[in-house]
Amino acid sequence: MEDIFTIANKNFNSRLIVGTGKYKSFEETTNAVKASGADIVTVAVRRVNILDNGQPLLMDYLDPKSITYLPNTAGCYSSEEALRTLRLAREMGGWRLVKLEVLGDKKTLYPNIIETIKSTEILVKEGFEVMVYCTDDPIMTKKLEDVGACAIMPLGAPIGSGIGIQNKTNIVLIKEQSSVPVIVDAGVGTASDATIAMELGCDGVLLNTAIAEAQNPVLMAEAMKHAVIAGRKAFKAGRMEKKKYASASSPQRNLI
Amino acid sequence: MNNLNVAKIQLNGNSYEINNGTNLNELLNKLKIQKNKVAIEVNGEIIEKNKYPNLILNKEDKVEIVHFIGGG
Repeated sequence: MEDIFTIANKNFNSRLIVGTGKYKSFEETTNAVKASGADIVTVAVRRVNILDNGQPLLMDYLDPKSITYLPNTAGCYSSEEALRTLRLAREMGGWRLVKLEVLGDKKTLYPNIIETIKSTEILVKEGFEVMVYCTDDPIMTKKLEDVGACAIMPLGAPIGSGIGIQNKTNIVLIKEQSSVPVIVDAGVGTASDATIAMELGCDGVLLNTAIAEAQNPVLMAEAMKHAVIAGRKAFKAGRMEKKKYASASSPQRNLI
Repeated sequence: MNNLNVAKIQLNGNSYEINNGTNLNELLNKLKIQKNKVAIEVNGEIIEKNKYPNLILNKEDKVEIVHFIGGG
């Protein structure tokens, strides 16, 4: 049975989106991305190192023609910075599908939702398709959807923390009320966390550190691929009812 | 001593010397950067790629050249 993942009218096979930061080398990045099966990778916009020119670039390893680049605004603490970053990303090669994150605090990397909503509104008017990193607050995610976000991406836990989804109730509430895809972004530490996100009914998972900082990133990337598929299938299958007492699995009749 | 043939610009936050009359295409060539892999801002304004040959840099221009790197 086909289970296509659609964001902003574009279809993707994999529901796992992976970051490309924190890897030891471009080779490791490439191998991990391949093992993850992801169709979309997040990338950051930074100054070219003028002294280091001629060195290989990310684009030499991950071809933006064969994998979707999702430019992000990591490190931006104001709407102005985020808008500038994404306008530059678009100029680089026509990227309209972007990940917006406007941070509010260096210690927690929690999003500044006021600036995030303001930026989303402007970007949508400029023709961007905006996937938005946000808090797991159902009122705020509704506002983001109202101003035109094409995907809602609540954090499961702080970026890079790896402690898994802290507020499942809110994630479910957000999923129930949203008519655009809901993708858990940040907080996933290991495969079971990604599975839980999918079992809650989320449309996808975005993660970076859980793979990049695993002892064996390529193996963890493969684990994440299966974890997302497993969680999605379990959600679609519909889990059994939870019961207080045991219920024997073998028939009780004709016991010897 | 002032050399009349060169101009100092701010390139990615650092002082950088160019020949007078250098356009953005020439700057990229000198830096061995392919234009399809970067975006450029001059004095806070994003420059479309088709305007690179006509954009002559002046002294004290603030030029930012950015590209994609790994990120989450």
